[in-house]
Amino acid sequence: MTDILKTQGLSRYFGAVVAAEDINVTITDGEIVGVIGSNGAGKTTFINMVTGYLPPSSGIINFGGQPIGNLGPRKLMRRGLARSFQIPQLFLELSVLDNLAIALSAAEGRQLNMIRPVRTPERISAADDILEQMNITQYRNEMVTAMPQGARKLLDIAIAMLGDPKMLLLDEPTSGVSTDEKYNLMDTVMEVVRRRGLTVLFVEHDMEIIQRYVTRVLAFASGVVIKDGAVDEVLADAQVQELVTGKRHQPQTEQGDV
Amino acid sequence: MMHLQKSEVLLIVAALVLGLSSFISPDWLVFTSTLAIAAALVVMGVVMLMRAGLISFGQGLFYCMGGYAVGLGGRFLDVTDALALIGLGVLATVALAMVLGLLLTRYREIFFAMLTLAFSMILYGILVKSHGLGSTDGFGVVDWSILGYQPAQGHESSTALWLAIVLALAAALFLNRYFQSSLGLACEAIRENEVRVEYMGISRRQVLYINYVIAAALGSIGGSLTALTAGHVDPTMAYWTISGEFVFIALLGGTGHVAAPFIAAFIFILVRTYAVELFPNSWQLILGVVLLLIILFLPKGIWSLFTRKRRAEA
Amino acid sequence: MLTIWAILIDGLIYASWLFLVAAGLTVIYGVMRILNMAHGSLYALGAYASASSIGWYYANGGDQLWIAFALLAGCAIVIGAIAGLIMERGVLRLMYGRDEVLMLIVTFALLLILEDLMKLAWGTTPYFAYQPYAALGRFNFGVLSVSGYQIMVIGVSVVVGAILWFWLERTRTGKILRSIIHDREVSEAMGVNVRRMFTMTFVIGAGLGAIAGGFTAPIISVVPGIGVEVIVVAFAVVVTGGLGSITGAAIGALIVGLARAASIHTMPQLELFIIYAVMASVLIFRPNGLFGQATARKI
Repeated sequence: MTDILKTQGLSRYFGAVVAAEDINVTITDGEIVGVIGSNGAGKTTFINMVTGYLPPSSGIINFGGQPIGNLGPRKLMRRGLARSFQIPQLFLELSVLDNLAIALSAAEGRQLNMIRPVRTPERISAADDILEQMNITQYRNEMVTAMPQGARKLLDIAIAMLGDPKMLLLDEPTSGVSTDEKYNLMDTVMEVVRRRGLTVLFVEHDMEIIQRYVTRVLAFASGVVIKDGAVDEVLADAQVQELVTGKRHQPQTEQGDV
Repeated sequence: MMHLQKSEVLLIVAALVLGLSSFISPDWLVFTSTLAIAAALVVMGVVMLMRAGLISFGQGLFYCMGGYAVGLGGRFLDVTDALALIGLGVLATVALAMVLGLLLTRYREIFFAMLTLAFSMILYGILVKSHGLGSTDGFGVVDWSILGYQPAQGHESSTALWLAIVLALAAALFLNRYFQSSLGLACEAIRENEVRVEYMGISRRQVLYINYVIAAALGSIGGSLTALTAGHVDPTMAYWTISGEFVFIALLGGTGHVAAPFIAAFIFILVRTYAVELFPNSWQLILGVVLLLIILFLPKGIWSLFTRKRRAEA
Repeated sequence: MLTIWAILIDGLIYASWLFLVAAGLTVIYGVMRILNMAHGSLYALGAYASASSIGWYYANGGDQLWIAFALLAGCAIVIGAIAGLIMERGVLRLMYGRDEVLMLIVTFALLLILEDLMKLAWGTTPYFAYQPYAALGRFNFGVLSVSGYQIMVIGVSVVVGAILWFWLERTRTGKILRSIIHDREVSEAMGVNVRRMFTMTFVIGAGLGAIAGGFTAPIISVVPGIGVEVIVVAFAVVVTGGLGSITGAAIGALIVGLARAASIHTMPQLELFIIYAVMASVLIFRPNGLFGQATARKI
């Protein structure tokens, strides 16, 4: 197994505020890793740095053996690093099919055509495939505005998968989704992940979800990784219980940090 | 091989009907129709920008450049062929838009709106100070021919109409395809959510840049046609209230279909012709009130009246 | 050397006028996120009010300069505030929460309406109110001759700027307004009556535009269209300084004013061009203007 993502001394400061400091993480190909931490612990900052949305203040990020620290989201997507969002980032006034068609067209990596229709038979069938895998075929011709939150989350993740990425970063996939929906949603997503053999890093507030779907956990507190290891080991750690999981307290649908 | 879509057939039929009707229409109607088509071409550019979420209050810049290219080409370069004059305008406009686009693609919303406005006002300022070009009075356009055919006395306006129809039809057919294409849809995607667009691996600036340059070229063609028809150019073509009128027409029609700018431009030019005669001091007042009413009650323009009806029937 | 003095004095005069014109625009944008295209029309409205009231006063045998100035300022403020109140309550209120750029179009519609209403009210013949200008005479600095009225406008501009600064930075209302600028939703949640603050801000901004017009009236001939010309220049000033910032508007006015004066005295054909060239070159290096702040988007 080879390393797919490796960060060394990764830090980010906003003025005097430490958002993330000296993060050293190595993810191996095919791993499913959870990221936990209370609000403001640096989880999303970490994801934003890795996906090129936020330039690091210092440190190195390697993806697939190559440094990527100064590449933006666009170039990283081309290299096989995709992400979903805590608040789904979708084209609200476009149909679900068009959301996928434009993503598929972009994923082909060629100059966007200005004469040929975006809805080619190939793209339509690829879009139908992913809709079916994600279980949201019923919304195919609807506007995104007509979809409930859970379906939007799934569409958001579906779009992230269209570029045929090697690694997927999921930012709180179950936030804003009702308790009875969340396992369904995660089952659907993880099934697709397994079938495609993706490496996944996902931020999650819900410890039940963490225990059920990941093998390894990174625990963040005050911008630092305080614990990195197998799920049971990390969740049993006294420091993690105090700073992150708060023992019995489990926040579920809080709005996260930026 | 691409098949003709239903709306493309309708566009072609409409163009033919309009063209043929020019043989029986009174001269003023032919003249008005040509001006409306010219305005619609500019408005198509405004609509392209609107679909990308951008409002331009400076499309008059390109409209004016197209007009002055016709005027200057005839006056200083001895070009009299209408197509060559239009081509000259497009070349000059595209060159300028390619420079301005580098700066403007960084801006959105009111910044984009006001910067486009500022650039068109620079051209206005330069032309007003150019005494050799008649300053605020402008100057006349030379008699033109088209591919060697010199329209006979009294036939200039119908020749201009046919020219406008052919160019507008080509532009409309292109735009109809463009709106359904990857690039056209990417513009709408940028309007909806730029973050996602970037994460899809699409360069926002490149998409907006191409869109902006094409919109500029359409503006130039509209300006050239206006100059050829009216036989005169002056700096007000670049004045920002003219650009405001194009925005008005675009909002009136809506961005739902390529035919919308044409319908809206016809209504606008016809109403203006009468209103300016009848109420010279309250024409803008009417415009303003109608504009508010559109924003409040018809946010997708008059085209939504058609689609709403169709949906109700279905 | 003489040219430099001329540039400095002319630049300062022009800058103070620019600041007067731009202040209301930037206050309204700062608080309400509305770029009021009709600001120029409010300016024109103020100019008409001032010109016709002064004209009426002198035609009826008035000769007291201070009464003329009271009329000038008073009529401009009152008509500007009333127009602002009607615009905010009657139209803008219906549209709050819509896109910034849509609000731009709404204010464009208001501009069209106001332009014609003024034509209907005052006709198209020019109005003059030269008496206050003439009464203040001219001052000679060596070879340079500057009108007293222009010097007074510099003073008015400084006073307006100081009052605005005090109002925003040192009063309770100003504090509330700054909290709205910082985060509207949070202020609303903390019990700030945002709508009332909006009405107040718009009325004050409109009044400022009208005052600018009122004090300009004695220098120009008041004709239809003067407002339309003003808005573009005011926008250039405000963008150069950073939209929504009073300090920005002051600095922007100084830079643009001096640049224009320099152009007039050295390369007059570039006069209009230079204003936008300043704006464009500032924006290339600072996309949000000198004092503007970029807004990050939450994802």
